[in-house]
Amino acid sequence: MLGLAVYLVFFLIVVTIYAIMVMGLNLQWGFTGLFNAGVVGFYAIGAYGTAILIGPDRAALIGGFEMPFVVGLLGGAIAAGAAGLVVGLATLRLREEYLAIATFGIGITIQLVALNFDALTGGANGLIGLPRPYFDRFAVSNAYNLAYLVGVILIAGVIYFALERAVQSPWGRILRAIREDVTAARSLGKNPTLIRLQAFVLGSAIMGLAGGLYVGFIGFVSPIDFLPILTFQIWAMLIVGGSGNNRGAILGVLVVWGIWTASGYFIGQIVPPGYQSQAGSIQAILIGLVIVMTLLLRPRGLIGEEESVSSHARKQAQQAYKKKPAP
Amino acid sequence: MLQALADGLLTGAIYALGAIGLTLTMGILRFANFAHAEMMTWGAYMALGVLTVFGLPTAPLGPLTFGWPLLLATVVACALTVALALLIDWLVFRRMRDRVGHLTLVFASFGIALLIRNVVHLIFGGRATYYTTELQIAVRVLPDLRIMPDQVFTLSLAVVLVIAVHQFLQRTPLGLSMRAVSENPSLAVINGVSLARVVRWTWIVGGALAAVAGVLYGVTVQLRPELGFHLLLPLFAAVILGGVGNVVGAVVGGVLIGLIESFSVLVIPPGYKLAIPFLVLLVVLYLKPTGLFGGTSGGR
Amino acid sequence: MTALLSVAALTAGYRPDLPIINGISLTISAGELVTIIGPNGAGKSTLIKAIAGLLPITDGTVTLGHQSLVGLSPHLMSGFGMAYVPQSDNIFATLTVDENLRLGALPLPRSQARAQISAAYDRFPDLVRFRKAKAGNLSGGQRQMLAVARALLTGPQLIMLDEPSAGLAPKMVEEVFGHLVTLVRGGVAVLMVEQNAKAAMRISDRTYVLAEGRNRLDGPSDRLLEDPEVARIYLGQAGGKH
Repeated sequence: MLGLAVYLVFFLIVVTIYAIMVMGLNLQWGFTGLFNAGVVGFYAIGAYGTAILIGPDRAALIGGFEMPFVVGLLGGAIAAGAAGLVVGLATLRLREEYLAIATFGIGITIQLVALNFDALTGGANGLIGLPRPYFDRFAVSNAYNLAYLVGVILIAGVIYFALERAVQSPWGRILRAIREDVTAARSLGKNPTLIRLQAFVLGSAIMGLAGGLYVGFIGFVSPIDFLPILTFQIWAMLIVGGSGNNRGAILGVLVVWGIWTASGYFIGQIVPPGYQSQAGSIQAILIGLVIVMTLLLRPRGLIGEEESVSSHARKQAQQAYKKKPAP
Repeated sequence: MLQALADGLLTGAIYALGAIGLTLTMGILRFANFAHAEMMTWGAYMALGVLTVFGLPTAPLGPLTFGWPLLLATVVACALTVALALLIDWLVFRRMRDRVGHLTLVFASFGIALLIRNVVHLIFGGRATYYTTELQIAVRVLPDLRIMPDQVFTLSLAVVLVIAVHQFLQRTPLGLSMRAVSENPSLAVINGVSLARVVRWTWIVGGALAAVAGVLYGVTVQLRPELGFHLLLPLFAAVILGGVGNVVGAVVGGVLIGLIESFSVLVIPPGYKLAIPFLVLLVVLYLKPTGLFGGTSGGR
Repeated sequence: MTALLSVAALTAGYRPDLPIINGISLTISAGELVTIIGPNGAGKSTLIKAIAGLLPITDGTVTLGHQSLVGLSPHLMSGFGMAYVPQSDNIFATLTVDENLRLGALPLPRSQARAQISAAYDRFPDLVRFRKAKAGNLSGGQRQMLAVARALLTGPQLIMLDEPSAGLAPKMVEEVFGHLVTLVRGGVAVLMVEQNAKAAMRISDRTYVLAEGRNRLDGPSDRLLEDPEVARIYLGQAGGKH
């Protein structure tokens, strides 16, 4: 029973961290309509950034500044936000899918850097022995994990409420207006590109924060934790929950991650030992089907929550396909 | 230096073939198809499947590592890839095209790419494989230059195909219709062009080229399920560098990316090679998003 | 005179729940030149686009000869003898003049296509020296000529034009209108939307005045030219040049 409880704590910590990532993604997609195809990259930047800042000083490494955890956490988030800035500046004035291509590129490039830049990231072995925040205050590691869970939930809660407030605020209203009709918003004197950039950078920073929290819990970081499939998993969570809605997004995390781990367990039991990697591809196929089927059957659930947004999508569809793309 | 040039041209040729199909779909169908590179994976593995299933003899042709069976298998692979492309269009894209914004199409293609990649992984396994176990000796053509006959074949075939596609687009009525739709679908329709027909042929041409590019990659490098995934970024970079919708641009872009990648290895560690297309992409987007030749529908 | 094109109670728009035109009717017969005028936002372009099949029609009928056009795919229209010249982006800038014409002639069998293209160059000799040039390099007036030439290639019974004089110098406008008059004398029906109301009414047989998506006035053009009501409809809303 204790084993199950311990596992549950692990599970919930991961779920909460992913929920933070999904909220960041929701800000980018659900509220601003931006397609981030490289979620894992921003998560990784945050994780590695935090790891480099808090890690112990080692001769072979550039990093290891032994900073306090909070500094590391913020540093990672800022680094992720900076990456979002670079990509956003390049693409936000252009065709929408250029952002998708560029973020996809970030996802791949970050993994490459993580694998190859040994001096900074520890290469394939990663960075180990990272100090877990406040670990020495706890006698029992189970109690620590529970406390970490509480901490992460608190942080997620703060982000949730902050985002809800942001969306209701004047800034958020402009964001919604832009999503519905870029031309009208521009005519009101608002600079749509700037505001969309802000939303994108903020969302990226939130993803980076999630990465930092992950590192704080696990105590080490390696490229294996940041495979491309994570991008799809996070997207599936957002889609299943219904985007544009943070509550739904969090529910989506529980559902998708629950199914993922459960299916992983069962498939692992059924599939003969030599074929374990192909078992992984079954799970990936499931995720792919979830994504495609949801788009086919419920495209409005993907585009957004209100009538006005889906009609914008329809008008966009006609404009985009029948005529030249609107500038 | 010279070796880097030759290797770059070879890689560039494969990029060019893949990029042609991608630029056509991006220009005519107007969305970035993340599943395009997976059609290369599919084509490469379909050829492997044909060879395996029919147990065809692998007696090589002359100095090449492969023989008629692979050529035959490639033709079959082209057909199967075209079939896949049309099937996906029919099942997914066609139903969505008029209903949703084109960003949702991009997203769907993202999911479809995941599906194709993992179905291939499921069927064929994750390890790298090859069409044949024949070893090929590189021929020393010049003091600094070693070329394999397979590479010469690849380069020649790529050139032939590129010329063929160009002639097709410039001289045939269908090619003219495709170029018209690429610039302005609404006006093309007014002119009596059937959009459905043009879309169908875009998938056919793009799919067939992708299949050939995939097989050539398998011949000159190796086969693995991530084949397409790793080519996606160079292909997008090539298309955007050349100008979206511009076939000549895609070819030039592909070759340039191949060359830049190849020469970059002389200055940076080889592990970072895959990051080069991304950097090129960023530079192009910052400096001249419409690409070297300007696309038919442009960057906007 | 039986009508060639019959439009009755047409309701259409970009979205089914937001119609831009509401219950519009018009007819045009062979050898007639009919103008559609009205203030900005009256729905003139929308009307033409709906007839051409480019916008969804929610109510009403459109008949060309005996053929109902509602719900038909727009690429079939040229097969029924209808041609349409949009107001902007009406030629392919990245294709050559020759290619633009070849495209327009695609529905025809090869030999007929060649003959028609040849005839087009006879009709618009100014285009000859630009045959191999990209259409995007032509001047506004030449582009308009090309657009009209392209529309005529399939020998349509009805040609619809959206503001053919837009952006053209007065001399070019005269030339374009001159071509239209010649067409009409040859038996083609010409339906045109025009902002340049007076010039258009002077050359046309009948005129329809639209406002806010509905019919307001119609009748012989020479009578409407004198009608103060027309000016009122125009001046009642912003815009409307004469």
